[in-house]
Amino acid sequence: MSEAEALVAQLVATFPALTGRVTIQRAKRVWIDVDRQAFPEVFRRLAKDLGFEVFCMITGLDEGADLGLIYHLARNDGLMANVKTRCPKGESMQTITSIFPGGGIYERELIDLLGAHIEGLPEGSRYPLPDNWPKDEHPLLKDWKPREKGAKDA
Amino acid sequence: MPDKKRTVRVPIGPQHPALKEPESFMVDLQGEKISSVALRLGYNHRGIEKGCEERTYMQDLFLLERVCGICSHSHATAFIQAVEEIAGLEIPRRAKYIRMLIAELERIHSHLLWLGVAGHEIGFDTLLMYSWRDRELVMDLFAELTGNRVNYAMNTLGGVRRDIAPEQFPHIQKIVDALEERTKYYIELAMTEETLAQRLSGVGYLSKEDAIRLGAVGPTSRASGADRDTRRDDPYAAYDELDFKVITDDHCDVFGRTVVRLGELMQTYSMIRQILKQMPEGPIAVKAPLKIPAGEAVSRYEAPRGEDVHYVRANGTDKPERVKVRAPTLANTQSVAKMLEDGYLADLPIVVAAIDPCFSCTDRTIAVRGDRDSKTMGWEELVQYGVRWYRDRGVDPSRIKVRGDESA
Repeated sequence: MSEAEALVAQLVATFPALTGRVTIQRAKRVWIDVDRQAFPEVFRRLAKDLGFEVFCMITGLDEGADLGLIYHLARNDGLMANVKTRCPKGESMQTITSIFPGGGIYERELIDLLGAHIEGLPEGSRYPLPDNWPKDEHPLLKDWKPREKGAKDA
Repeated sequence: MPDKKRTVRVPIGPQHPALKEPESFMVDLQGEKISSVALRLGYNHRGIEKGCEERTYMQDLFLLERVCGICSHSHATAFIQAVEEIAGLEIPRRAKYIRMLIAELERIHSHLLWLGVAGHEIGFDTLLMYSWRDRELVMDLFAELTGNRVNYAMNTLGGVRRDIAPEQFPHIQKIVDALEERTKYYIELAMTEETLAQRLSGVGYLSKEDAIRLGAVGPTSRASGADRDTRRDDPYAAYDELDFKVITDDHCDVFGRTVVRLGELMQTYSMIRQILKQMPEGPIAVKAPLKIPAGEAVSRYEAPRGEDVHYVRANGTDKPERVKVRAPTLANTQSVAKMLEDGYLADLPIVVAAIDPCFSCTDRTIAVRGDRDSKTMGWEELVQYGVRWYRDRGVDPSRIKVRGDESA
């Protein structure tokens, strides 16, 4: 049994709801599709018990009514687990900073660029947009278009 | 416990003399010692990810090459690997070897640049002059092999754009030999020169636990004892066919970060020799479609400063649905606040420089500003312009002979 297959077996044994939702893309890439409610538990288990101690990044996606979120984790043996979940726009996700204190900057990026709501994020300056950037404009949303050059602020 | 009444808050940046890129540090001081640091990043945000969604895959390749001047090949390769995985393209082995060759040469140029900057930040400018002089060898080699000193544009979807002729191998070999000799000298210097050891030891301490907890990558994490390297752990290109060691160190300070980078240079020279020896024959690219089928992939790449992570989602058109880029500096800045805590304010420049934050590089042609018909200068012309500029200010670089310059 390969490392990836072993991981799938471990995950499905603990979380029966994940049956059929963990896929092996190639030897070092595993994708886990998890509901928002079950996400914190699955994420914690991967990070704390299954050795995924390398936090790579979070990818945010505009999927219409939902924000798609992919948390990319890796293990020291090179195996990468990509945990995918969806959060309806306007609702909030729990912060991961209690597990990965360095993860805050990636969450701030989701807030600025995609308008995500993150609960429990420690106070700090925004990232990466300037301080005077309008609060309700999130450039990575599909319906956001840059203003014409020279256009006046609304 | 820090005494709040006696805390002095010093804002450093976004524009400051020590670093070439904007970053803002809000430093709380107790006397000479730093009690806490708050960072503000994002001054260089250029909207590249959004830009990628509006351009084709081939255009994105060149746009992403410009995420960083030093790690240009790193970002381009990390991106194109992800696209090739989605498209199911198996690139020729020769293309993989050429990608590795450029990648390892890029590591030399980045690490030597870092060594110079580190020397400069601690007032050891001789080291800066030496290592940047040596770095010119690899920069000129890049110009020969790729046509450019930075932004080499070697990658294309399905392989590489330029072949490397066997007649060029002895020259690459010669430059690697010369740089290896120089690096041996720098290693001896680092190990025996007392001032260097005293200035760097214990400065910017980051324990192994903190390095892992805060997500440090690359030489920064390896100098804190984390035994990680994407080239070995999650091999891409043909790194599984090369024999190399991952250099780690347990000093956990700026001295350790110097030792790791110098050790990595020695490994890189050996890897380049293996690449030249094992370079397979054959084509350098396969035919690639313009439209990429729907799918997603994550690509990891060990850039000189640490791991680059690129995520690409394709939607069946010639433009990606989403491109996400994680450069190593973003991962490493999370540890900087920790490294600075309880350190001296005077150590701030070298501690920050020790993670090797991303600096920009100049191109070899320039546009003259302020002139309506802006013109570009060739290399010779640029050299002459530089010599004249100094001469006009009373500096006579008479030892430099410039072809076609009659005023000497």
